[in-house]
Amino acid sequence: MLYRETGQFKTSYAADQAIFPIFQDRIFLFALIAFAYLAVPLLASEYMLQAVLIPMMIFSIAALGLNILTGYAGQLSLGTGAFMAMGAYSAYKLTTGFPELNIIVVFVLSGVAAALVGIVFGLPSLRIKGFYLAVATLAAQFFLVWMFNRVPWWYNYHSSGTITAPPREFAGIMLTGPTATAETRYLLVLSFCIVGGLIAKNLVRSRIGRHWMAIRDMDIAAEIIGIRLLPNKLLAFAISSFYCGVAGALLLFSYLGSAETEAFDIFVSFDVLFMIIIGGLGSILGAYLGAAFIWLLPIFLTNAPQLVGLSMPVDLQKHLEVMIFGSLIIVFLIFEPAGLARLWQIGKEKLRRWPFPY
Amino acid sequence: MNQAAPADTDADPAASGPILNLNRISLAFGGVTVLDDVSFDIREGEIRAIIGPNGAGKSSMLNVINGFYHPDDGTITYKGETRARMRPDQAARQGIARTFQNIALFRGMSTLDNIMTGRNTMMRRNFLWQALYLGPARREELEHRAHVERVIEFLEIEAIRRVPVGRLPYGLQKRVELGRALAAEPDLLLLDEPMAGMNAEEKEDMCRFVLDVNDEFGTTIALIEHDMGVVMDISDRVVVLDYGRLIADGSPDEVRGNEEVINAYLGVVHD
Repeated sequence: MLYRETGQFKTSYAADQAIFPIFQDRIFLFALIAFAYLAVPLLASEYMLQAVLIPMMIFSIAALGLNILTGYAGQLSLGTGAFMAMGAYSAYKLTTGFPELNIIVVFVLSGVAAALVGIVFGLPSLRIKGFYLAVATLAAQFFLVWMFNRVPWWYNYHSSGTITAPPREFAGIMLTGPTATAETRYLLVLSFCIVGGLIAKNLVRSRIGRHWMAIRDMDIAAEIIGIRLLPNKLLAFAISSFYCGVAGALLLFSYLGSAETEAFDIFVSFDVLFMIIIGGLGSILGAYLGAAFIWLLPIFLTNAPQLVGLSMPVDLQKHLEVMIFGSLIIVFLIFEPAGLARLWQIGKEKLRRWPFPY
Repeated sequence: MNQAAPADTDADPAASGPILNLNRISLAFGGVTVLDDVSFDIREGEIRAIIGPNGAGKSSMLNVINGFYHPDDGTITYKGETRARMRPDQAARQGIARTFQNIALFRGMSTLDNIMTGRNTMMRRNFLWQALYLGPARREELEHRAHVERVIEFLEIEAIRRVPVGRLPYGLQKRVELGRALAAEPDLLLLDEPMAGMNAEEKEDMCRFVLDVNDEFGTTIALIEHDMGVVMDISDRVVVLDYGRLIADGSPDEVRGNEEVINAYLGVVHD
């Protein structure tokens, strides 16, 4: 009964084009953001912040990036992990090379570095499509990971071959490194997560977003009405890789602390792809929902037996977890192939009419 | 606008100069001749029908006009400029818009977004502004939205503004496609079988829209259509193609009486 838009008249196109045209949605969103900034750091345990929320939000940034490329522009990519690695290694090189450089700037610049690499690996997209393009992006995945392993310059010639996030502070607050608290790292990632989502939404509701969707839906028609394919596809690769790069840098600096190339292998690419498929291709909300689903479900399954007082051998539990996770994904995709975002939308439609059954 | 002839849309179309002149166009795919030495013009402000049996080369002709195919031989003079090879997006920028025989809409996008894509060549702000959605980018978006809304109103499709076009019935999809072409404010509008597969009422609606576009905006229209009743009623001049050759060119009445045209349509025993 509370969720009604009756009486909310839009008198301008500006109001009609708002991201959340319905008043209640805006209230809900602002409440959610306020809760995330004010309440969560006070209430959540260190485990909750460090092992659950921070990685979930970092992956949602990567999912936003891949959704721009795959969900909106229709270019299938399996190079997400590599672009994240590019961001992480660039951030590491930048901040160790120029320690006085603001760490926020470092994150943005490492996104730019990933964007440039993304453009290079996006070039084949002019000629090849679909699965063939996916295979071409697979080349990025293997080449970049190989390069970060084999070129010692990238990890500053450390004998261990790992890169470690050094402590960096901003305005007197330690943001990264071992001395940064979970709360500050959480707030840093949350800010990137929100700003990233807002920018992505603005892009996809503007001209560039319509270009991407037009290319996704019918590239020949798009070309004939005056949309140039190459620059728009490359821009999709660049922006997508930018998001992945920032996510990779955050993964190293705010979650892992130190990492090797295994942290960015092909399975990361698959995970992010699953996130956007489950969440909803071509939906900004879907990137968040998918990241939450893929990241939270295994954690829930791990903890579920203890919660109900069931004890079982660890290996059995691990196997059960994988089986349940896999079958849930299959069931879910049969039930709602358009993803969680579509489910959310249907729920809202129902809620608008509730309690009337028509 | 680099128009050679003065744009005087109220004038009798027969009296105004050509907006497009096709001079001895030939096109072949491998050994198959699609267009063979075809010459005709399209005058400013007229409705020009291109008819002919299946495989006559009508759609290829439109593809040549908007730069999707490049003729092997012959010249195209558009707005007084004889042009070299041209990409479709350049043709779009110079005011040529079109619809397709098989609907070529963006199925996952709403009616509104589809029609907004028609204005893509007029939008200037780069993606950094759009990422912020502030100031100039927002103003630009709203200006074009206002124009698109006029197109939506003109075509009477307000009710389906937010519906993804993939879910619309065929007749409405055709209308949305016309809307996307109109949003570009074209000088020359190419319609490839706008009434194919429609019932009588839908055809009447579409005829009304075509005539209104021509009257109100002074848009020059070249259309391919198989419904002879429609062609004879709404077009100013008709050009008839058969097996890639031009066999007749004139007013609907002249074409109707032309023996070669009757033969092409009804068949004739070749001896």
